[in-house]
Amino acid sequence: MSEVRKAVALISGGLDSLLAARVMQEQGIHVEGINFFTGFCVEGHTHAIRKKDRARPKRNNALWVAEQLGIKLHIIDIIEEYKDVVINPKHGYGANLNPCLDCKVFMVHKAKEWIEANGFDFIVTGEVIGQRPKSQRKDTMPIIAAESGAEDLLLRPLCAKNLPPTLPEREGWVDREKLYDFEGRTRKPQMALARQFGLEDYAQPAGGCCFLTDANYSKKLADLWQARGERRYEIDDIMLLKVGRHIRPRPHFKLIVGREDGENKFLEGYRKQFTHLFTTSHNGPLVLLDGEAGEDDLELAARVTARYSQGRNAEQVDVEVHPLDGEVRTFSVRPLGGSEIPADWHL
Amino acid sequence: MSEHRLDARRLLCPLPVIRCQDAVAKLRPGDTLVIVCTDPGAKHDIPAWCRVNGHDVLSIEEQQDEIIVTVQVGDAD
Repeated sequence: MSEVRKAVALISGGLDSLLAARVMQEQGIHVEGINFFTGFCVEGHTHAIRKKDRARPKRNNALWVAEQLGIKLHIIDIIEEYKDVVINPKHGYGANLNPCLDCKVFMVHKAKEWIEANGFDFIVTGEVIGQRPKSQRKDTMPIIAAESGAEDLLLRPLCAKNLPPTLPEREGWVDREKLYDFEGRTRKPQMALARQFGLEDYAQPAGGCCFLTDANYSKKLADLWQARGERRYEIDDIMLLKVGRHIRPRPHFKLIVGREDGENKFLEGYRKQFTHLFTTSHNGPLVLLDGEAGEDDLELAARVTARYSQGRNAEQVDVEVHPLDGEVRTFSVRPLGGSEIPADWHL
Repeated sequence: MSEHRLDARRLLCPLPVIRCQDAVAKLRPGDTLVIVCTDPGAKHDIPAWCRVNGHDVLSIEEQQDEIIVTVQVGDAD
């Protein structure tokens, strides 16, 4: 009896990687999944924060895919190592701050390390030539294979027939004739294959599953780097960019204003790390102040805080200010009017 | 067999799952791990992770804003 070959499949939670892994199972390959957590993954976070989203049925799509396939899933925290990919992408960014090609190279490289450490034979991805404008093109496929170090141990079952044979094909571990030749942005072949496998319920993320592909999110990250005068971030920074209204009244500070109870509760967890404000005379949001603020700045921050409270139309609103290093103070302020907040303060 | 605790409060999914996975990797079959979380997603994600990786969820309790999941480590393949 021939040896059962083992492949690790990069599982994003979307349809393509689900199908790629399934195609390998059809050929008798032992498949396990690997899923990387960069900190920018759309999965989960915002749903968990906003109260109105808590009632929604929620699932981690990568875990759900693993269940559908009956495979193990290894979720790897790459937050720290991934910073260099985001900050210094060799191949540059896509439409926003999405370093898609460098990201794919990095993930396949990590998968290569993983198969070496765990005695697996090759790597599988759901890539399709022409599917994504930045990373999934005919000319980027060999770049990913070469720069990741995976070389011909990287098999893309959905478009393998449009690429040179990989080691698993040449060695006969998989039958190239039973692989596919999908190409382009159309999803029809994938949907037809899903039907063939009896799969009906699968995630179809629009624009990928990463916040860096989102224009608004990227704008806030660019603002963060500009305000700090350097391109760096911590995990808390990138979590906070997903929460609340971000308002920058002055170059040296911005305000993060909770939009509802769930966000206010989440922001409460950061009270020891930030100067924070909240209204005491009326119900209102919790507001974090990120940056340096002088006396005038604190008053302005208090007026913005009052603006987003239930006292927005009142003559006067009391706002408690908790400076990071200093005594708690109460400002009695007139809330800023809507027209007093220029559009370019909103990030 | 021993019982271990993991504080995953304030972590958002999938971090509670990742911390659970990393803790389980250091335990032996039959050991239990009690994970305290605040992200409601953990109620779904930790059991899903256990199902695909061969571990058992013994209980899920909610106390105010905390979710306490008790996992028993399964037999290694």
